[in-house]
Amino acid sequence: MSWNRKHLLDIQSLTVEEIVTVLDTARAFKAVGERAVKKVPALRGKTVVNLFVEPSTRTRISFELAAQRLTADVINFSAEFSSLKKGETLKDTARNLEALNADIIVMRHSASGAPHFLARFLRASVVNAGDGAHEHPTQALLDAFTVREKKGKIAGLNVTILGDILYSRVARSNIWALTKLGARVTLCGPATLVPKVFEQMGCRVTYNVDEAIEGADIINLLRIQHERQRKTMFPSIGEYTSLFGLTKARLARTKPEALIMHPGPINRGVEIDSEIADSSRSVILDQVTNGLAVRMAVLFLVNGGKGPQEVAA
Amino acid sequence: MPNATMILNAAAMERALTRIAHEIAERNENSAEVALVGIHRGGVFLARRLAGALSGIWSLAVPMGSMDIGMHRDDLDRQPAPTLQPTVIPFDVTGKTVILVDDVLFSGRTTRAALDAIMDLGRPKRIQLAVLIDRGHRELPIKADFVGKNVPTALDERITVRFREEGSADEVTLEKKGGA
Repeated sequence: MSWNRKHLLDIQSLTVEEIVTVLDTARAFKAVGERAVKKVPALRGKTVVNLFVEPSTRTRISFELAAQRLTADVINFSAEFSSLKKGETLKDTARNLEALNADIIVMRHSASGAPHFLARFLRASVVNAGDGAHEHPTQALLDAFTVREKKGKIAGLNVTILGDILYSRVARSNIWALTKLGARVTLCGPATLVPKVFEQMGCRVTYNVDEAIEGADIINLLRIQHERQRKTMFPSIGEYTSLFGLTKARLARTKPEALIMHPGPINRGVEIDSEIADSSRSVILDQVTNGLAVRMAVLFLVNGGKGPQEVAA
Repeated sequence: MPNATMILNAAAMERALTRIAHEIAERNENSAEVALVGIHRGGVFLARRLAGALSGIWSLAVPMGSMDIGMHRDDLDRQPAPTLQPTVIPFDVTGKTVILVDDVLFSGRTTRAALDAIMDLGRPKRIQLAVLIDRGHRELPIKADFVGKNVPTALDERITVRFREEGSADEVTLEKKGGA
Protein backbone atom coordinates (compact mmCIF):
# COMPACT_ATOMS: atom_id res chain seq x y z
CA MET A 1 0.00 0.00 0.00
CA SER A 2 1.32 3.40 -0.88
CA TRP A 3 -0.48 5.28 1.92
CA ASN A 4 -0.45 4.08 5.51
CA ARG A 5 -0.42 7.38 7.37
CA LYS A 6 -3.01 8.39 9.90
CA HIS A 7 -2.10 12.09 9.69
CA LEU A 8 -0.97 14.60 7.09
CA LEU A 9 1.28 16.96 9.03
CA ASP A 10 3.86 18.14 6.51
CA ILE A 11 5.40 17.45 3.11
CA GLN A 12 8.93 17.13 4.47
CA SER A 13 8.33 13.64 5.85
CA LEU A 14 6.42 12.29 2.82
CA THR A 15 8.05 9.96 0.30
CA VAL A 16 7.81 10.59 -3.43
CA GLU A 17 5.44 7.57 -3.66
CA GLU A 18 3.14 9.04 -1.01
CA ILE A 19 2.99 12.39 -2.79
CA VAL A 20 2.22 10.67 -6.10
CA THR A 21 -0.49 8.59 -4.38
CA VAL A 22 -2.24 11.77 -3.23
CA LEU A 23 -2.00 13.28 -6.73
CA ASP A 24 -3.35 10.11 -8.40
CA THR A 25 -6.17 9.80 -5.88
CA ALA A 26 -7.05 13.46 -6.42
CA ARG A 27 -7.52 12.79 -10.16
CA ALA A 28 -10.33 10.40 -9.29
CA PHE A 29 -11.94 12.94 -6.97
CA LYS A 30 -11.64 15.76 -9.51
CA ALA A 31 -13.85 13.70 -11.82
CA VAL A 32 -16.47 13.51 -9.06
CA GLY A 33 -16.63 17.31 -8.94
CA GLU A 34 -17.49 17.44 -12.64
CA ARG A 35 -20.65 15.33 -12.30
CA ALA A 36 -24.26 16.29 -11.70
CA VAL A 37 -24.14 14.57 -8.30
CA LYS A 38 -20.86 15.78 -6.81
CA LYS A 39 -20.91 13.50 -3.83
CA VAL A 40 -19.61 10.05 -2.90
CA PRO A 41 -20.27 8.08 0.30
CA ALA A 42 -16.60 7.44 1.14
CA LEU A 43 -16.69 9.18 4.57
CA ARG A 44 -20.32 8.46 5.41
CA GLY A 45 -20.88 8.61 9.16
CA LYS A 46 -17.49 10.22 9.83
CA THR A 47 -17.09 13.58 11.53
CA VAL A 48 -14.58 16.14 10.29
CA VAL A 49 -13.78 19.14 12.49
CA ASN A 50 -12.27 22.25 10.98
CA LEU A 51 -10.28 23.66 13.90
CA PHE A 52 -9.17 27.03 12.60
CA VAL A 53 -7.36 28.86 15.37
CA GLU A 54 -6.03 31.34 12.81
CA PRO A 55 -8.61 32.95 10.55
CA SER A 56 -8.96 31.55 7.04
CA THR A 57 -11.73 31.63 4.53
CA ARG A 58 -10.63 29.89 1.36
CA THR A 59 -8.81 26.94 2.93
CA ARG A 60 -11.62 26.36 5.41
CA ILE A 61 -14.29 26.51 2.71
CA SER A 62 -12.28 24.15 0.54
CA PHE A 63 -11.89 21.61 3.37
CA GLU A 64 -15.53 22.03 4.37
CA LEU A 65 -16.80 21.35 0.86
CA ALA A 66 -14.33 18.48 0.43
CA ALA A 67 -15.65 16.81 3.59
CA GLN A 68 -19.26 17.39 2.53
CA ARG A 69 -18.63 15.87 -0.90
CA LEU A 70 -17.33 12.78 0.88
CA THR A 71 -20.59 12.68 2.89
CA ALA A 72 -18.86 13.41 6.21
CA ASP A 73 -20.46 15.60 8.87
CA VAL A 74 -18.53 18.83 9.31
CA ILE A 75 -18.14 21.16 12.26
CA ASN A 76 -16.43 24.50 11.81
CA PHE A 77 -14.62 25.80 14.83
CA SER A 78 -13.15 29.30 14.64
CA ALA A 79 -10.96 30.76 17.33
CA GLU A 80 -12.69 34.11 17.54
CA PHE A 81 -15.98 32.56 18.67
CA SER A 82 -14.53 29.77 20.74
CA SER A 83 -13.59 28.90 24.26
CA LEU A 84 -9.95 29.46 23.32
CA LYS A 85 -10.86 33.11 23.84
CA LYS A 86 -12.07 32.19 27.30
CA GLY A 87 -8.71 30.73 28.30
CA GLU A 88 -9.08 27.08 27.34
CA THR A 89 -5.83 25.49 26.17
CA LEU A 90 -5.48 24.07 22.68
CA LYS A 91 -5.04 20.60 24.14
CA ASP A 92 -8.31 20.84 26.08
CA THR A 93 -10.15 22.21 23.04
CA ALA A 94 -8.91 19.31 20.94
CA ARG A 95 -9.77 16.76 23.65
CA ASN A 96 -13.29 18.19 23.80
CA LEU A 97 -13.67 17.83 20.05
CA GLU A 98 -12.47 14.27 20.29
CA ALA A 99 -14.99 13.59 23.04
CA LEU A 100 -17.61 14.32 20.36
CA ASN A 101 -16.09 11.40 18.41
CA ALA A 102 -14.46 13.51 15.73
CA ASP A 103 -12.63 11.27 13.25
CA ILE A 104 -10.51 13.86 11.44
CA ILE A 105 -9.36 17.23 12.77
CA VAL A 106 -8.27 19.74 10.13
CA MET A 107 -6.16 22.34 11.83
CA ARG A 108 -4.95 25.84 11.02
CA HIS A 109 -2.79 27.50 13.67
CA SER A 110 -0.42 30.46 13.84
CA ALA A 111 2.17 28.42 15.75
CA SER A 112 4.50 26.14 13.79
CA GLY A 113 4.20 22.55 14.95
CA ALA A 114 0.72 22.89 16.50
CA PRO A 115 -0.77 20.03 14.38
CA HIS A 116 2.20 17.79 15.27
CA PHE A 117 1.49 18.52 18.92
CA LEU A 118 -2.17 17.48 18.58
CA ALA A 119 -1.25 14.37 16.61
CA ARG A 120 0.85 13.10 19.52
CA PHE A 121 -2.11 12.57 21.83
CA LEU A 122 -5.28 12.48 19.70
CA ARG A 123 -6.88 9.29 18.46
CA ALA A 124 -8.37 11.26 15.56
CA SER A 125 -6.43 11.92 12.37
CA VAL A 126 -4.89 15.38 12.12
CA VAL A 127 -4.58 17.24 8.82
CA ASN A 128 -2.39 20.34 8.80
CA ALA A 129 -4.19 23.21 7.05
CA GLY A 130 -1.27 25.58 7.68
CA ASP A 131 0.88 26.02 10.80
CA GLY A 132 2.62 29.36 11.22
CA ALA A 133 5.43 29.84 8.72
CA HIS A 134 6.17 26.10 8.77
CA GLU A 135 4.08 24.14 6.25
CA HIS A 136 0.81 24.15 4.30
CA PRO A 137 0.89 20.64 2.85
CA THR A 138 -2.41 20.61 0.97
CA GLN A 139 -1.46 23.85 -0.83
CA ALA A 140 1.78 22.25 -2.04
CA LEU A 141 -0.09 19.13 -3.12
CA LEU A 142 -2.70 21.12 -5.07
CA ASP A 143 0.08 23.18 -6.68
CA ALA A 144 1.90 19.99 -7.69
CA PHE A 145 -1.38 18.53 -8.98
CA THR A 146 -2.00 21.66 -11.07
CA VAL A 147 1.54 21.65 -12.50
CA ARG A 148 1.31 17.95 -13.38
CA GLU A 149 -2.14 18.41 -14.93
CA LYS A 150 -1.08 21.38 -17.06
CA LYS A 151 2.44 20.29 -17.98
CA GLY A 152 2.06 16.52 -17.90
CA LYS A 153 5.05 16.17 -15.57
CA ILE A 154 6.95 17.86 -12.77
CA ALA A 155 10.45 16.40 -13.00
CA GLY A 156 12.82 18.65 -14.91
CA LEU A 157 10.59 21.75 -14.85
CA ASN A 158 11.88 25.13 -13.74
CA VAL A 159 9.64 26.57 -11.02
CA THR A 160 10.16 30.08 -9.74
CA ILE A 161 8.59 31.14 -6.46
CA LEU A 162 8.45 34.90 -6.23
CA GLY A 163 7.65 37.00 -3.18
CA ASP A 164 7.65 36.59 0.57
CA ILE A 165 9.48 33.30 1.15
CA LEU A 166 10.63 33.85 4.72
CA TYR A 167 7.15 34.03 6.26
CA SER A 168 5.54 31.64 3.80
CA ARG A 169 4.48 28.13 4.75
CA VAL A 170 3.28 27.78 1.16
CA ALA A 171 6.84 28.33 -0.06
CA ARG A 172 8.32 25.79 2.35
CA SER A 173 5.80 23.07 1.51
CA ASN A 174 6.15 23.79 -2.19
CA ILE A 175 9.93 23.59 -2.03
CA TRP A 176 9.75 20.20 -0.31
CA ALA A 177 7.20 18.81 -2.76
CA LEU A 178 8.76 20.20 -5.94
CA THR A 179 12.34 19.19 -5.14
CA LYS A 180 11.22 15.68 -4.13
CA LEU A 181 9.38 15.40 -7.45
CA GLY A 182 12.45 16.51 -9.40
CA ALA A 183 11.71 20.15 -10.31
CA ARG A 184 14.36 22.89 -10.17
CA VAL A 185 13.20 25.60 -7.80
CA THR A 186 14.29 29.24 -7.93
CA LEU A 187 13.37 31.67 -5.17
CA CYS A 188 13.22 35.41 -5.66
CA GLY A 189 12.10 38.45 -3.67
CA PRO A 190 13.48 41.19 -1.45
CA ALA A 191 16.69 40.03 0.26
CA THR A 192 15.03 40.56 3.65
CA LEU A 193 12.31 38.04 2.73
CA VAL A 194 14.45 35.52 0.82
CA PRO A 195 17.39 34.53 3.02
CA LYS A 196 20.28 32.72 1.33
CA VAL A 197 19.83 29.89 3.83
CA PHE A 198 17.06 28.51 1.58
CA GLU A 199 19.83 27.31 -0.75
CA GLN A 200 20.29 24.52 1.78
CA MET A 201 16.85 23.20 0.77
CA GLY A 202 18.21 22.70 -2.75
CA CYS A 203 16.92 25.95 -4.29
CA ARG A 204 18.55 28.65 -6.34
CA VAL A 205 18.19 32.08 -4.71
CA THR A 206 18.35 35.28 -6.75
CA TYR A 207 17.31 38.87 -6.13
CA ASN A 208 16.96 39.75 -9.80
CA VAL A 209 13.41 39.10 -10.91
CA ASP A 210 14.20 39.01 -14.64
CA GLU A 211 16.86 36.41 -14.04
CA ALA A 212 14.46 34.43 -11.84
CA ILE A 213 11.62 34.21 -14.35
CA GLU A 214 13.71 33.76 -17.49
CA GLY A 215 13.45 30.12 -18.49
CA ALA A 216 10.79 29.37 -15.88
CA ASP A 217 8.02 26.91 -16.78
CA ILE A 218 5.98 27.90 -13.74
CA ILE A 219 5.95 31.24 -11.91
CA ASN A 220 4.33 30.92 -8.50
CA LEU A 221 3.58 34.31 -6.95
CA LEU A 222 3.19 34.67 -3.21
CA ARG A 223 1.38 37.39 -1.37
CA ILE A 224 3.23 39.72 0.98
CA GLN A 225 2.03 38.55 4.38
CA HIS A 226 1.62 41.79 6.27
CA GLU A 227 0.02 39.95 9.18
CA ARG A 228 3.06 37.77 9.75
CA GLN A 229 5.68 40.52 9.56
CA ARG A 230 6.67 42.09 12.82
CA LYS A 231 8.51 44.95 11.16
CA THR A 232 8.56 46.34 7.67
CA MET A 233 10.82 44.16 5.57
CA PHE A 234 10.92 46.45 2.52
CA PRO A 235 10.47 50.21 2.05
CA SER A 236 7.04 50.35 0.37
CA ILE A 237 4.44 48.42 -1.60
CA GLY A 238 5.19 50.65 -4.59
CA GLU A 239 8.84 49.75 -4.47
CA TYR A 240 8.00 46.05 -4.14
CA THR A 241 5.80 46.24 -7.23
CA SER A 242 8.42 48.03 -9.30
CA LEU A 243 11.18 45.62 -8.27
CA PHE A 244 9.33 42.29 -8.00
CA GLY A 245 5.77 42.65 -9.30
CA LEU A 246 4.88 40.52 -12.33
CA THR A 247 4.15 43.15 -14.96
CA LYS A 248 3.29 42.66 -18.62
CA ALA A 249 6.73 43.92 -19.61
CA ARG A 250 8.40 41.33 -17.40
CA LEU A 251 6.07 38.56 -18.52
CA ALA A 252 6.87 39.31 -22.16
CA ARG A 253 10.44 38.16 -21.54
CA THR A 254 9.43 34.74 -20.19
CA LYS A 255 8.72 31.54 -22.10
CA PRO A 256 5.35 31.90 -23.86
CA GLU A 257 4.14 28.65 -22.28
CA ALA A 258 5.14 29.63 -18.74
CA LEU A 259 2.15 29.43 -16.40
CA ILE A 260 1.30 31.82 -13.57
CA MET A 261 0.19 30.43 -10.22
CA HIS A 262 -0.86 32.12 -6.99
CA PRO A 263 -2.24 30.57 -3.79
CA GLY A 264 -4.55 33.55 -3.29
CA PRO A 265 -5.80 35.90 -2.16
CA ILE A 266 -4.21 37.96 -4.93
CA ASN A 267 -3.38 41.63 -4.53
CA ARG A 268 -4.01 43.02 -8.00
CA GLY A 269 -1.45 45.65 -8.95
CA VAL A 270 0.95 44.60 -6.16
CA GLU A 271 2.53 41.22 -6.87
CA ILE A 272 0.61 40.64 -10.10
CA ASP A 273 -0.65 42.87 -12.89
CA SER A 274 -4.43 42.71 -13.04
CA GLU A 275 -4.53 41.72 -16.72
CA ILE A 276 -2.07 38.88 -16.16
CA ALA A 277 -4.23 37.47 -13.37
CA ASP A 278 -7.15 37.23 -15.81
CA SER A 279 -5.13 35.97 -18.78
CA SER A 280 -4.97 32.48 -20.21
CA ARG A 281 -1.48 32.15 -18.73
CA SER A 282 -2.98 32.25 -15.24
CA VAL A 283 -4.08 28.94 -13.66
CA ILE A 284 -5.10 30.58 -10.37
CA LEU A 285 -8.72 29.41 -10.55
CA ASP A 286 -7.67 25.89 -11.63
CA GLN A 287 -5.71 25.81 -8.38
CA VAL A 288 -8.93 26.49 -6.45
CA THR A 289 -10.79 23.68 -8.26
CA ASN A 290 -7.87 21.31 -7.82
CA GLY A 291 -7.56 22.22 -4.14
CA LEU A 292 -10.97 20.74 -3.52
CA ALA A 293 -10.03 17.46 -5.26
CA VAL A 294 -6.71 17.25 -3.41
CA ARG A 295 -8.38 17.84 -0.03
CA MET A 296 -10.96 15.15 -0.79
CA ALA A 297 -8.08 12.81 -1.58
CA VAL A 298 -6.26 13.68 1.66
CA LEU A 299 -9.35 13.17 3.82
CA PHE A 300 -10.06 9.89 2.01
CA LEU A 301 -6.49 8.62 2.49
CA VAL A 302 -6.06 9.50 6.18
CA ASN A 303 -9.44 7.92 6.90
CA GLY A 304 -8.25 4.57 5.53
CA GLY A 305 -8.09 1.70 7.96
CA LYS A 306 -9.39 3.61 10.94
CA GLY A 307 -11.99 1.05 11.77
CA PRO A 308 -15.50 1.59 13.04
CA GLN A 309 -15.80 3.07 16.50
CA GLU A 310 -13.25 1.07 18.44
CA VAL A 311 -14.98 -0.20 21.54
CA ALA A 312 -12.66 -0.90 24.43
CA ALA A 313 -12.98 -4.46 25.69
CA MET B 1 2.20 -21.48 -8.49
CA PRO B 2 2.43 -25.21 -7.98
CA ASN B 3 -1.28 -25.78 -7.41
CA ALA B 4 -2.67 -23.50 -10.11
CA THR B 5 -5.38 -25.09 -12.26
CA MET B 6 -6.22 -23.60 -15.63
CA ILE B 7 -9.89 -22.60 -15.76
CA LEU B 8 -9.89 -20.77 -19.10
CA ASN B 9 -7.09 -20.43 -21.64
CA ALA B 10 -6.91 -17.61 -24.18
CA ALA B 11 -9.10 -19.36 -26.77
CA ALA B 12 -11.72 -20.39 -24.21
CA MET B 13 -11.82 -16.83 -22.83
CA GLU B 14 -12.33 -15.46 -26.33
CA ARG B 15 -15.19 -17.93 -26.96
CA ALA B 16 -16.82 -17.05 -23.62
CA LEU B 17 -16.71 -13.34 -24.46
CA THR B 18 -18.11 -13.92 -27.96
CA ARG B 19 -20.99 -15.92 -26.44
CA ILE B 20 -21.67 -13.23 -23.82
CA ALA B 21 -21.74 -10.57 -26.56
CA HIS B 22 -24.35 -12.58 -28.49
CA GLU B 23 -26.39 -13.13 -25.33
CA ILE B 24 -26.34 -9.40 -24.63
CA ALA B 25 -27.48 -8.75 -28.21
CA GLU B 26 -30.27 -11.33 -27.85
CA ARG B 27 -31.52 -9.89 -24.55
CA ASN B 28 -31.42 -6.27 -25.66
CA GLU B 29 -33.34 -5.64 -28.84
CA ASN B 30 -32.98 -1.89 -28.61
CA SER B 31 -29.26 -1.76 -29.31
CA ALA B 32 -29.17 2.05 -29.29
CA GLU B 33 -29.78 2.23 -25.56
CA VAL B 34 -27.09 -0.26 -24.47
CA ALA B 35 -23.90 1.03 -22.85
CA LEU B 36 -21.11 -0.88 -21.10
CA VAL B 37 -19.37 0.03 -17.86
CA GLY B 38 -16.25 -1.91 -16.88
CA ILE B 39 -15.21 -2.15 -13.24
CA HIS B 40 -11.51 -1.56 -12.59
CA ARG B 41 -9.27 -3.22 -13.48
CA GLY B 42 -10.20 -6.45 -15.25
CA GLY B 43 -13.74 -5.37 -16.03
CA VAL B 44 -12.46 -2.47 -18.10
CA PHE B 45 -10.51 -4.77 -20.45
CA LEU B 46 -13.51 -7.07 -20.75
CA ALA B 47 -15.96 -4.21 -21.35
CA ARG B 48 -13.72 -2.83 -24.09
CA ARG B 49 -13.65 -6.24 -25.83
CA LEU B 50 -17.39 -6.71 -25.43
CA ALA B 51 -18.04 -3.22 -26.79
CA GLY B 52 -15.94 -4.13 -29.83
CA ALA B 53 -17.84 -7.40 -30.36
CA LEU B 54 -21.24 -5.75 -29.92
CA SER B 55 -20.34 -2.92 -32.29
CA GLY B 56 -19.62 -5.63 -34.85
CA ILE B 57 -22.91 -7.45 -34.23
CA TRP B 58 -25.03 -4.30 -34.31
CA SER B 59 -22.92 -2.25 -36.77
CA LEU B 60 -23.17 0.57 -34.29
CA ALA B 61 -20.67 2.13 -31.89
CA VAL B 62 -21.51 0.92 -28.37
CA PRO B 63 -20.62 3.48 -25.68
CA MET B 64 -18.24 2.24 -23.01
CA GLY B 65 -17.00 3.66 -19.71
CA SER B 66 -14.78 2.63 -16.84
CA MET B 67 -15.58 2.80 -13.16
CA ASP B 68 -13.54 2.65 -9.97
CA ILE B 69 -15.81 1.65 -7.10
CA GLY B 70 -13.21 2.48 -4.41
CA MET B 71 -15.18 5.47 -3.10
CA HIS B 72 -18.29 3.32 -2.64
CA ARG B 73 -16.76 0.32 -0.86
CA ASP B 74 -18.31 -0.79 2.43
CA ASP B 75 -14.96 -1.58 4.09
CA LEU B 76 -13.14 1.73 3.70
CA ASP B 77 -12.56 2.08 7.42
CA ARG B 78 -11.26 -1.46 7.85
CA GLN B 79 -8.19 -1.28 5.64
CA PRO B 80 -5.77 1.27 4.15
CA ALA B 81 -7.38 3.48 1.54
CA PRO B 82 -7.46 1.79 -1.88
CA THR B 83 -5.71 3.27 -4.90
CA LEU B 84 -8.30 5.06 -7.02
CA GLN B 85 -8.52 5.46 -10.78
CA PRO B 86 -10.79 8.12 -12.26
CA THR B 87 -14.26 6.93 -13.19
CA VAL B 88 -14.78 7.85 -16.84
CA ILE B 89 -18.35 7.50 -18.13
CA PRO B 90 -18.45 9.51 -21.38
CA PHE B 91 -22.24 9.22 -21.82
CA ASP B 92 -25.40 10.01 -19.89
CA VAL B 93 -26.55 6.84 -18.10
CA THR B 94 -30.12 8.13 -17.74
CA GLY B 95 -32.48 6.05 -19.87
CA LYS B 96 -29.71 3.63 -20.89
CA THR B 97 -29.46 -0.11 -20.38
CA VAL B 98 -26.17 -0.15 -18.52
CA ILE B 99 -24.28 -3.44 -18.57
CA LEU B 100 -21.82 -3.65 -15.69
CA VAL B 101 -18.82 -5.80 -16.58
CA ASP B 102 -16.51 -7.42 -14.02
CA ASP B 103 -14.00 -10.23 -14.22
CA VAL B 104 -14.92 -12.25 -11.11
CA LEU B 105 -18.21 -12.27 -9.20
CA PHE B 106 -17.60 -13.37 -5.59
CA SER B 107 -19.27 -11.83 -2.50
CA GLY B 108 -21.29 -9.37 -4.61
CA ARG B 109 -20.02 -6.39 -2.59
CA THR B 110 -18.18 -4.88 -5.56
CA THR B 111 -21.37 -5.10 -7.62
CA ARG B 112 -23.34 -3.45 -4.80
CA ALA B 113 -20.82 -0.58 -4.74
CA ALA B 114 -20.96 -0.29 -8.54
CA LEU B 115 -24.77 -0.11 -8.48
CA ASP B 116 -24.60 2.80 -6.02
CA ALA B 117 -21.89 4.50 -8.07
CA ILE B 118 -23.98 4.22 -11.26
CA MET B 119 -27.05 5.60 -9.49
CA ASP B 120 -24.99 8.66 -8.50
CA LEU B 121 -24.52 9.38 -12.19
CA GLY B 122 -28.17 9.29 -13.23
CA ARG B 123 -31.18 7.01 -13.61
CA PRO B 124 -30.49 4.13 -15.98
CA LYS B 125 -33.49 2.38 -17.51
CA ARG B 126 -32.07 -0.92 -16.32
CA ILE B 127 -28.76 -2.39 -15.20
CA GLN B 128 -27.51 -5.84 -16.17
CA LEU B 129 -24.42 -7.65 -14.92
CA ALA B 130 -21.91 -9.53 -17.08
CA VAL B 131 -19.01 -11.44 -15.48
CA LEU B 132 -16.30 -13.69 -16.86
CA ILE B 133 -16.24 -15.97 -13.80
CA ASP B 134 -18.89 -16.59 -11.14
CA ARG B 135 -17.15 -18.30 -8.24
CA GLY B 136 -20.09 -18.39 -5.81
CA HIS B 137 -20.06 -17.43 -2.10
CA ARG B 138 -22.45 -14.50 -2.45
CA GLU B 139 -22.95 -12.35 0.65
CA LEU B 140 -25.61 -10.17 -0.97
CA PRO B 141 -28.68 -10.98 -3.08
CA ILE B 142 -26.96 -10.34 -6.43
CA LYS B 143 -27.03 -12.51 -9.55
CA ALA B 144 -25.25 -12.10 -12.88
CA ASP B 145 -27.26 -11.86 -16.13
CA PHE B 146 -24.37 -13.08 -18.29
CA VAL B 147 -21.69 -15.50 -17.08
CA GLY B 148 -18.61 -16.73 -18.96
CA LYS B 149 -18.06 -19.72 -16.69
CA ASN B 150 -19.41 -20.87 -13.34
CA VAL B 151 -16.55 -22.10 -11.17
CA PRO B 152 -17.42 -23.72 -7.83
CA THR B 153 -14.65 -22.71 -5.40
CA ALA B 154 -13.64 -23.07 -1.77
CA LEU B 155 -13.22 -19.86 0.22
CA ASP B 156 -9.48 -20.44 0.56
CA GLU B 157 -8.98 -20.67 -3.18
CA ARG B 158 -7.99 -17.74 -5.36
CA ILE B 159 -9.05 -16.96 -8.91
CA THR B 160 -6.51 -15.04 -10.98
CA VAL B 161 -7.48 -13.46 -14.30
CA ARG B 162 -4.69 -12.33 -16.61
CA PHE B 163 -5.18 -10.10 -19.66
CA ARG B 164 -3.21 -9.60 -22.83
CA GLU B 165 -3.74 -5.84 -22.29
CA GLU B 166 -1.42 -6.17 -19.29
CA GLY B 167 1.25 -7.96 -21.27
CA SER B 168 0.54 -11.57 -20.36
CA ALA B 169 -1.50 -14.22 -22.17
CA ASP B 170 -5.25 -14.26 -21.51
CA GLU B 171 -5.96 -16.89 -18.87
CA VAL B 172 -7.97 -17.68 -15.75
CA THR B 173 -6.41 -19.89 -13.07
CA LEU B 174 -7.52 -21.28 -9.72
CA GLU B 175 -5.09 -21.90 -6.88
CA LYS B 176 -5.02 -22.61 -3.18
CA LYS B 177 -4.36 -19.46 -1.16
CA GLY B 178 -1.09 -19.45 0.75
CA GLY B 179 -0.43 -23.01 -0.32
CA ALA B 180 2.98 -24.72 -0.78
